[in-house]
Amino acid sequence: MAILNSNVPSGPLATKWENHKFSSKLINPANKRKYKVIVVGAGLAGASAAATLAELGYDVHNFVFHDSPRRAHSVAAQGGINAAKNYQNDGDSVHRLFYDTIKGGDFRSREANVHRLAEVSVHIIDQCAAQGVPFAREYGGLLDNRSFGGAQVSRTFYARGQTGQQLLLGAYSALSRNVANGGVKLNTHSEMLDLVVVDGQAKGIVVRNLQTGELTRHTADAVVLATGGYGNVFNLSTYARGSNVTAIWRAYRRGACFGNPCFTQIHPTCIPVSGDYQSKLTLMSESLRNDGRIWAPAKVGDKRAPAEIPEGERDYFLERMYGAFGNLAPRDVASRAAKTVCDEGRGVGATGLGVYLDFAESINRLGEDKIRERYGNLFAMYHEITDEDAYKAPMRIYPAVHYTMGGLWVDYNLMSNLPGLFVLGEANFSDHGANRLGASALMQGLSDGYFVLPATISNYLAGQAPAKRPPVSHAAFAEAEGDVQKRIQRYLGGKGKRTPSSFHKELGKIMWDYCGMARNRAGLEKALGLLGNLREEYRKNLSVLGEAAEWNQALESAGRVEDFIELGELMCRDALEREESCGGHFREEFQYTKEDPEVRNGLVNPGDVKRDDTHFAHVAAWEYAGPDRKPILNREELKYEEIKMSTRSYK
Amino acid sequence: MKVQLKVWRQKNRNTSGKFVTYESPDLNPNMSFLEMLDVVNESLASRSEEPIAFDHDCREGICGTCSLVINGKPHGPHKGVATCQTYMRSFKDGDQIVVEPFRAKAFPLVKDLVVDRKAFDRIQQKGGFISVRTGSAPDANSIPVPKENSDLAMDAAQCIGCGACVAACKNASAMLFVSAKVSHLGLLPQGQPERFRRVKAMVDQMDEEGFGACTVTGSCEAVCPKSISLDFIARMNRDYLVALAKGESKKPAAGGV
Amino acid sequence: MILLLKIWQSSLGKKYIMALSGGAMLLFVLGHMAGNLQFFLAPTYINAYGHFLQTTPEILWTSRIGLLVMVGLHIAAAISLTISNRAARPIGYSGGLSAQGSTLAARTMIWSGLIVASFIVYHLLHYTLTLPQVNGYQVFAGEAMDFDGLVEPKTGYHDIFAMIVLGFKIPVVSGFYLLSVGLLSIHLGHGVASMFQSLGLRSYAWWPRIAALARVLSVVIFVGYASIPVSVLLGRGSDYVNEVRTSGKPAHVSPTSHSPSK
Repeated sequence: MAILNSNVPSGPLATKWENHKFSSKLINPANKRKYKVIVVGAGLAGASAAATLAELGYDVHNFVFHDSPRRAHSVAAQGGINAAKNYQNDGDSVHRLFYDTIKGGDFRSREANVHRLAEVSVHIIDQCAAQGVPFAREYGGLLDNRSFGGAQVSRTFYARGQTGQQLLLGAYSALSRNVANGGVKLNTHSEMLDLVVVDGQAKGIVVRNLQTGELTRHTADAVVLATGGYGNVFNLSTYARGSNVTAIWRAYRRGACFGNPCFTQIHPTCIPVSGDYQSKLTLMSESLRNDGRIWAPAKVGDKRAPAEIPEGERDYFLERMYGAFGNLAPRDVASRAAKTVCDEGRGVGATGLGVYLDFAESINRLGEDKIRERYGNLFAMYHEITDEDAYKAPMRIYPAVHYTMGGLWVDYNLMSNLPGLFVLGEANFSDHGANRLGASALMQGLSDGYFVLPATISNYLAGQAPAKRPPVSHAAFAEAEGDVQKRIQRYLGGKGKRTPSSFHKELGKIMWDYCGMARNRAGLEKALGLLGNLREEYRKNLSVLGEAAEWNQALESAGRVEDFIELGELMCRDALEREESCGGHFREEFQYTKEDPEVRNGLVNPGDVKRDDTHFAHVAAWEYAGPDRKPILNREELKYEEIKMSTRSYK
Repeated sequence: MKVQLKVWRQKNRNTSGKFVTYESPDLNPNMSFLEMLDVVNESLASRSEEPIAFDHDCREGICGTCSLVINGKPHGPHKGVATCQTYMRSFKDGDQIVVEPFRAKAFPLVKDLVVDRKAFDRIQQKGGFISVRTGSAPDANSIPVPKENSDLAMDAAQCIGCGACVAACKNASAMLFVSAKVSHLGLLPQGQPERFRRVKAMVDQMDEEGFGACTVTGSCEAVCPKSISLDFIARMNRDYLVALAKGESKKPAAGGV
Repeated sequence: MILLLKIWQSSLGKKYIMALSGGAMLLFVLGHMAGNLQFFLAPTYINAYGHFLQTTPEILWTSRIGLLVMVGLHIAAAISLTISNRAARPIGYSGGLSAQGSTLAARTMIWSGLIVASFIVYHLLHYTLTLPQVNGYQVFAGEAMDFDGLVEPKTGYHDIFAMIVLGFKIPVVSGFYLLSVGLLSIHLGHGVASMFQSLGLRSYAWWPRIAALARVLSVVIFVGYASIPVSVLLGRGSDYVNEVRTSGKPAHVSPTSHSPSK
């Protein structure tokens, strides 16, 4: 059994982080350069961490599988980044952001981490503005804000519909500066394929160069994984095609616990699936819900064009069900509502899997130009993909996999149960509980990278003798590289018929059908059976062409898909084990009904998620137990010192 | 619908390449161009032929990974979109489509349609940043920026670094890319302290990488997935002229504590 | 000197040289055109103008040397840039690049420029050095013609008016001239706007005006220059030339003042 100590500092919530920084160990500047830190990934978390660690004086080595750090998928985040600046004077505060985030996560995140996130949020905006991130501004020259789901204040900073891109370019520019001055050694086209653990501590990685196929070993005093989320386990998602679980999955197989793997975010406003050839689902930013109204026909099977459906026969279901937040209900709530409507047979479009996001009223009120100014690029993107004009007819949207709240388990210092292994951003499980609020992913990635890890990593490193890391000739490195070699040979030597992508499609369908927006015991058990078979089939019937020592995209995906299949099993197991509903995890067996007092008191609607704080107020941290053995479930109980867990109401 | 693909195949930098013609399987007009290549690759793999290597990632037009010159035009027939946002309905049933890699000395070929665009990163590393240490920033609203400048900076900052400007330019010039970065930071008050140093360093590295010069043909602007304007090139020319005129800055006097 | 070297070594620096030398030559082209348009006044105006220039070596030679330097820099930078531009794409596209928003003029600047340069060489041999071998009379009219011997009857100055008329009477010569002026105007249509672009003298608000200025200038220059050979071919100055050629040396001009210097 792994030992899970959250290492949350004692003392009042509001001063924990300040106190912790003060009591953390420091390393003198002359010694810092003797510590080598590997950072894998260069998205918001990875790039900001690598740059900041280098500024502090550590010897930083950054590994990315892309050709350039600027391509990491943080680039695709559209809507914005939250910060408790209260520039709008609308009653925001660190405490409110903290509370909204905890509540948004359905009381399944660690209180102290979330409070720290809210505290740090204000510094992120300062840092990014100083770097030249062109945030939207008002005519007075000061920063503008907009509203996002799950909040009743306007605290979201944005750069048109490309906030993620601009923040990433900011972090990338900081990284580039430190590459230029020698602080960061940048390794592009370098995919981490294994973690090296020496005497129970993470001390290195094995990397494959995607251009040449060469395998190399890299030793370090600490390894930082900032490799993003694993939503591509569903195959169809809003993730980039390259996004994968391999780095954290290999760390899991080397002993790092995986926290809450089943917590997946399904984003309500994506463009619906159009056919089975599809490789990717495209998000339409949540910011659209500021001005768009979501509706479906009130009558089952109403196939009329949207313009022909009179106002009285439309059901603005979010406004009807969640009056206080309306169209800005949190993502899990909005997605589930859309699914319910479609399950009732009221879905629109050819597949019946879609609802309308309608701008007609806003265009009438503000004029088309204003809407164009706010969302022009999103409307253009919608037009490119669907060949439809959303200025004239409402958009059709449907929920799609967008983010994973689960990830490697970390303590307050962002260190996994494997000492020396730090996990940042979407790759860890820490801050979003069972559901993430819009515009909080960017906040967490940058918080972890710019401010948290640089302050906490010294707690570990100070305990390591400087310049005493194991050499790459150590047996653990040879073993890890040997394992990677064997996998590659196995893939290339396969005599099967099917491509990795055909398996990926099949995996995605199983996951979406049984471990998607709604889950139940029978389905999850069935999925576990199907996934076991799929894993066997993968061993027997895989075909990968080409060679190891060259650019080989099929070989890359062969490893990633196999890891996804294994992850899929863990997700289903976790979902099965968690016999409650919370946030994005909706177990059909656990929902409010008309008989519940909360429904009668008007707090929630029938069909809303029903938590079980008595039995499940914990983080499920899964521990690898060996191939073909059931993983071990460890629990970190969630203790709320400051706030009370309560029924999550958006009515 | 079906199309005939004439695709550049080349195993690696050291071997020679050639065009190979493939008949596509049945396609759906709502497929993206990259999804069409996925489908073609699946059919190749099923015949034990090696799939076509092509770069791609986000498939929503923002990461800048996808490339391809389609019928002589980077990112395909439409204006203001990347290859991943080009859909098969832009082509007709039975069309022949010629697909080539981006061609430039500074973008060496990796395999088939994949080229190496690290030259862009090296240019960035020379000065595409504002030197601000984490933690040292003043309150964000203490630096007011005129909205016009901020909007213009955003227009430039939208560049996705795909390299289509280079691919389209008859001189394989990277001026649009470099000018977008230089202008983004040069337009903001935060970027002023390093403005001239930045433009000098980035342009010099651009020359070093072997990109051609600008002859103001406007092809870059026409193919740019973000429609970045030639105005930024003029702005960079102006800044570089000032930087040249200023000359070397004086080395700081040797000093003690 | 180091600064000049730095300018030359950078691609942007060479574009500044292109722009500035091009700008200087544009001023000459405009000035030269204004001078030439005196052709539409009585012959004595342009002849007096020529006489003034020929007898004021400080203006004549300053501008000649200045122009030579500008032409030299413009061509050297252009060739150097073209070589490095070609080197920037060693392997081209199978079907060539599609035009993609560029104009033919923009893509062919080096060719329009080189043809105009070769025309300038001819033009200098023709009208400045007045080599009889190049004026086309021997080949196309079967007779020898020496422009040096043309003297305005009234003043005894070198008769530039008559030289222009006689020069352009040969259709092939006029044709080459018109072609070159056409190419020059195309070259400038792109070049003038690019000059502003290269020097950074452009903004969102000003670009349409600069582009319009370039178009207007290119048309004005074409019409201005082309009007001369066209008017000759339409008959302007025929009577006058006959008069000059038959009258011989005018009596009332002192023998010392008519020998043209070059």
